[in-house]
Amino acid sequence: VHIFSQSHLCLVMYQVLKEAVCGLIAVSWLASRPIRIKQARNLSSSSPVVSDSARFSHWTLIESCPAKDSWQAVGIGGRNRIAMSGPSSGCGFLMSVVVHGDLALNEQEKELNQRLKRLYPAVNEQETPLPRSWSPKDKFSYIGLSQNNLRVHYKGHGKTPKDAASVRATHPIPAACGVYYFEVKIISKGRDGYMGIGLSAQGVNMNRLPGWDKHSYGYHGDDGHSFCSSGTGQPYGPTFTTGDVIGCCVNLINNTCFYTKNGHSLGIAFTDLPPNLYPTVGLQTPGEVVDANFGQHPFVFDIEDYMREWRTKIQAQIDRFPIGEREGEWQAMIQKMVASYLVHHSYCATAEAFAKSTDQAVHEELASIKNRQKIQKLVLSGRMGEAIETTQQLYPSLLERNQDLLFMLKVRQFIEMVNGTDSEVRCLGGRSPKSQDCYPGSPRLFNSPVHKASSSQTYQTGTAEVEMELDHFSNGVSESSSNGFLNGSSTHGIDLEECDGDMGEIIIWRQLCGGSQAAIERMIQFGRELQSMSEHLRRERGKNSANKKMLKDAFSLLAYSDPWSSPVGYQLDSIQREPVCSTLNSAILETHNLPKQPPLALSVGQAAQCLSLMARTGSGSCAFASVDDYLH
Amino acid sequence: MFGVTIIPTFLWPEIATSACAEVTATSRHYVDRLFDPDPQNVLQGVIDMKNAVIGNNRQKANLIVLGAVPRLLYLLQQSSSSLELRTECAVVLGSLAMGTENNIKSLVDCHIIPALLQGLLCSDLIFIEACLRCLRTVFISPVTPVQLLYTDPTVIPHLMSLLSRSQHTQEYITQIFAHCCKVTHSSFLGFLTPEHQTVLFNHGAIQNIAPLLISPSFKVRMQALKCFSVLAYENAQVSMTLVNVLVDGEQLSQVFVRMMQRDKPIEMQLTAAKCLTYMCRAGAIRTDDNCIVLKTLPCLVRMCSKERLLEERVEGAETLAYLMEPDIELQRIASVTDHLVSMLADYFKYPSSVSAITDIKRLDHDLKHAHELRQAAFKLYASLGSNDEDIRKKITETENMMDRIVSGLSESSIKVRLAAVRCLHSLSRSVQQLRTSFHDHAVWKPLMKLLQNAPDEVLVMASSTLCNLLLEFSPSKEPILESGVIELLCSLTQSDSPALRVNGIWALMNMAFQADQKVKVEIVRALGTEQLFRLLSDPDTNVLMKTLGLLRNLLSTRPHIDQVMSSHGKQIMQAVTLILEGEHSIEVKEQTLCILANIADGNTAKELIMTNDDMLQKIKYYMGHSNVKLQLAATFCISNLIWNEEDGSQERQDKLRDMGFVDILHKLTQASDPNLCDRAKTAMQQYLA
Repeated sequence: VHIFSQSHLCLVMYQVLKEAVCGLIAVSWLASRPIRIKQARNLSSSSPVVSDSARFSHWTLIESCPAKDSWQAVGIGGRNRIAMSGPSSGCGFLMSVVVHGDLALNEQEKELNQRLKRLYPAVNEQETPLPRSWSPKDKFSYIGLSQNNLRVHYKGHGKTPKDAASVRATHPIPAACGVYYFEVKIISKGRDGYMGIGLSAQGVNMNRLPGWDKHSYGYHGDDGHSFCSSGTGQPYGPTFTTGDVIGCCVNLINNTCFYTKNGHSLGIAFTDLPPNLYPTVGLQTPGEVVDANFGQHPFVFDIEDYMREWRTKIQAQIDRFPIGEREGEWQAMIQKMVASYLVHHSYCATAEAFAKSTDQAVHEELASIKNRQKIQKLVLSGRMGEAIETTQQLYPSLLERNQDLLFMLKVRQFIEMVNGTDSEVRCLGGRSPKSQDCYPGSPRLFNSPVHKASSSQTYQTGTAEVEMELDHFSNGVSESSSNGFLNGSSTHGIDLEECDGDMGEIIIWRQLCGGSQAAIERMIQFGRELQSMSEHLRRERGKNSANKKMLKDAFSLLAYSDPWSSPVGYQLDSIQREPVCSTLNSAILETHNLPKQPPLALSVGQAAQCLSLMARTGSGSCAFASVDDYLH
Repeated sequence: MFGVTIIPTFLWPEIATSACAEVTATSRHYVDRLFDPDPQNVLQGVIDMKNAVIGNNRQKANLIVLGAVPRLLYLLQQSSSSLELRTECAVVLGSLAMGTENNIKSLVDCHIIPALLQGLLCSDLIFIEACLRCLRTVFISPVTPVQLLYTDPTVIPHLMSLLSRSQHTQEYITQIFAHCCKVTHSSFLGFLTPEHQTVLFNHGAIQNIAPLLISPSFKVRMQALKCFSVLAYENAQVSMTLVNVLVDGEQLSQVFVRMMQRDKPIEMQLTAAKCLTYMCRAGAIRTDDNCIVLKTLPCLVRMCSKERLLEERVEGAETLAYLMEPDIELQRIASVTDHLVSMLADYFKYPSSVSAITDIKRLDHDLKHAHELRQAAFKLYASLGSNDEDIRKKITETENMMDRIVSGLSESSIKVRLAAVRCLHSLSRSVQQLRTSFHDHAVWKPLMKLLQNAPDEVLVMASSTLCNLLLEFSPSKEPILESGVIELLCSLTQSDSPALRVNGIWALMNMAFQADQKVKVEIVRALGTEQLFRLLSDPDTNVLMKTLGLLRNLLSTRPHIDQVMSSHGKQIMQAVTLILEGEHSIEVKEQTLCILANIADGNTAKELIMTNDDMLQKIKYYMGHSNVKLQLAATFCISNLIWNEEDGSQERQDKLRDMGFVDILHKLTQASDPNLCDRAKTAMQQYLA
């Protein structure tokens, strides 16, 4: 029965992973596809040829990039972002005390941020910020800006075309938008309504209307013509005037642009657009005033519907990724990936059942897998002392040779002591050493709910920090302390069934080292040992900033009366056991000359890397090919 | 090349015959087993037959020829048969129906429909589903008479009740409804028989099918949607009900809007757009509603794009044409949406020269749809250009547009000819186009040719277009006249169709406007006074109005008036009397009084009125009429009679004074209507001078 349920689990898992693998490979394939339509047409029947713009083939990627690390980097990057929002939201709190009147403005900014996040989820704004207003620095002198740099008015003479003036947005349109859209409302057509709305590259002369020069594109209100880097326009659409809302949509997948008038698409205006264009408007006669909407307000045109179409197109492209005659090969590869994943994470029974049913050889002895499984379980349940001991028993030279790893494990042990979960303090706390904190037994590779809980927890930390400042100023009572706990306990609750039966106990209340005085003393003693080990390491092997920071962070826990809700409290979260666990697991595997990352994790990392590379090289389809979509 | 293709055609029959003989033998075996006394053997026989016919059209035909169908139907209906056997029979019949149209015909001839409908009364769901699947296949074939679904009045309510049984029953039943709800429609006669729609509506089709729009099964959602599109077509009752239906708390129109989202399958987007279009045309949704302006219209324009399949482009264009036909604002929006006008030009490029050489299959496909594409494009152009001058200009400036219309007018497909002439008609409403492109491309030539021998619906459009081409400012007027159009138009006035009579007489009226004497004489001669007077008593007011218009145009400029009146004066005066005495609308009487005023302008013709006291009394009556227009026309007439500078004006003035006209004129100088007042004053001055 046990085997049966395991193999059933393995089948389900296989389905899930197979889908993931297919998706990932297709995503990589997408990344290596030529970007320009023109080229694509030539290549449509043959297999994708690597063009200049996509010289990185995925094989070189596998060799060159430590994919799992980069994958984690993505995750950590995400956390950093959230962590950074901690201090800034703290500032926001302080500021809101001072500037109460600008509430509406903040509200608008919030709406803008939300809308941009929703429209362009794939854009990494730290790398490529989105345009949010016109640039006061990148404009001709005849242009005046007001209303948070969203309103543009003309203040020149407006006698001849030589008096034309333009302004660009603060940032170019990031390729990772996939589809980008902004709208301009004509507040007044002024004297002659010689208004141009469009796009231009950085450095294009601003004493001109958009469209007149190289790398400049515009749609003009007086005649309805489109100007494609030329002084003479082409008949394009209707004229526009006071009261009209003109939208400009850039498709970064096929590098085209179309305009909208009052919510109606006017059809393609430009093709073969270059990358890194800025939203641009130009005015030419007195009295002309236009307002931009970069997402501050709902758009008149239903751009999200258009995006849906392209998302579907890109995803269909991925789904239809041709495997051709290599079908057998394909299946074997997928099975290998699944099996190696199971082995790597020591799901021995499942791995065994899977290998049997798919006729594969497992490249590691079962006993070895079981050993790793045992150690992992210990780490993940917070029993670091036992974990270190077991490792030393089973792999005698491993930690001796790898002092940094040992140090990391010990720091974690210290944290677990603070947490009251490490075996050493547990027995001092008068509890049975057998009695364990329950922890989800499975290492999480993907963005599972646990990860999400972690990010929300980190966010809570940020909030806690704000509350701290509140304490500071008002001497008030913090109410936030229960948040972290609730989160933690719900995590335990969800994954209860994955634990061994005798590990079912849940901490009811958080106390330093489980509340035992003896345990606290042991913890402090252990801290000293750790300190001397750190000094020893530094003398022997020179400075190691990572180690230093790790230790500092861990010790900081003691600076707070309630470490769990302190700014460094995230360390106590059980989710932090995962990287430790996987580092240790990788180290053990390396000693057996096995890859320290399973190929599946490698390809996840590789696909994520591909997507960010696509964003950088201006291939817009990355917007609609999120790796997360394939990891359910 | 040829040799290779010919040889097999000679060889095939032989192979076929021998193979056929073989198959017939085995088929015979299958049929024989249906008569086995052991029911278990019969069941096995039916199952074997089921496996044998799947995907094998020849086998299906053989079994039908060998008489398997009546036996299967017998077994299916026999209550002594096991449920399993009855179900298998239904499955085999369903399989047979999947074959050729001939198969369907044979099945229908064997009365399969009543038998299967009877089967639906059984309580077993599997059996019901098998019957429904077979019925579905039979009913969606174009050879099955739709009426068979409605012969037994208990069928529809029973089908409605089966909708709740399973997703399969939902799919099959809605599909049957969608195919069996036919509106006999003729745009020309304006006849619509919503008989099927009404039956389904009265049996609660809307309430029963609406919840299926959010079914988890795509097929069910799709068929339910199709059902609504056929139910709502040209049906105000259904459409009005639909707008008030809520599905899961959401308005139906919003459900349709969601189905038009751009990530939904094209078929679903298109059908949802059709539903909203029909609801809008039936008056249930305003044309300025956002769900029409911002959703339905753009969706239909997208359906016309090159990326879509040819069938979708045809349907998209036709539906869009229908949607915006009555609304200038929608026409304006569509004309600037996604370059629709130039996008449609692409509809004429099939089969493309590339496909002809490279790909025979593609060529075949293109050829099949080429006519449909062209007629759809013409229809859409016609609709786009029906009101707005700028749009018409844009259309005529599209590449080779006029040439395409000209060649469209003489295409073999009647559908294309009709659509082309509709398009031409729409464009002919433009004065500018009449003066320029119409003349440059001599569109009158193919138009005249088309008029010689065409079905009525084409004739209506063509003659209507001709009316515009005969307008006085149209440079095509002269050449058309010379091509002997008068005879043709006169013959149209004798048509049974009121629309054709109107157009014929209308064209003649236009032609007579400011025409020279020769033309007028020719018109009167060709039409004949008898026909002219027949038209004056035409039951159709439009015909009457245009005939009066023709008379009025004939009776303009003094020499013409006298000439016409000298030859036909008596009859004309009679006709005028008749109309003025009859029950007619104000417009008709006004027009008649205008004719009288023209007659009064003639030199000799005047006397026909002056000597007719009865007529003078009538004029007097209309000068005191409550309608200003009639008063004005009557005053005009008097004014002409008493005009100073003409011979005998003194006597006429005297006679009319005696009859009391001066008093009336005097009164009218006080009239509140400035025109009437002026006219009366001018007339009075004739007395003072």
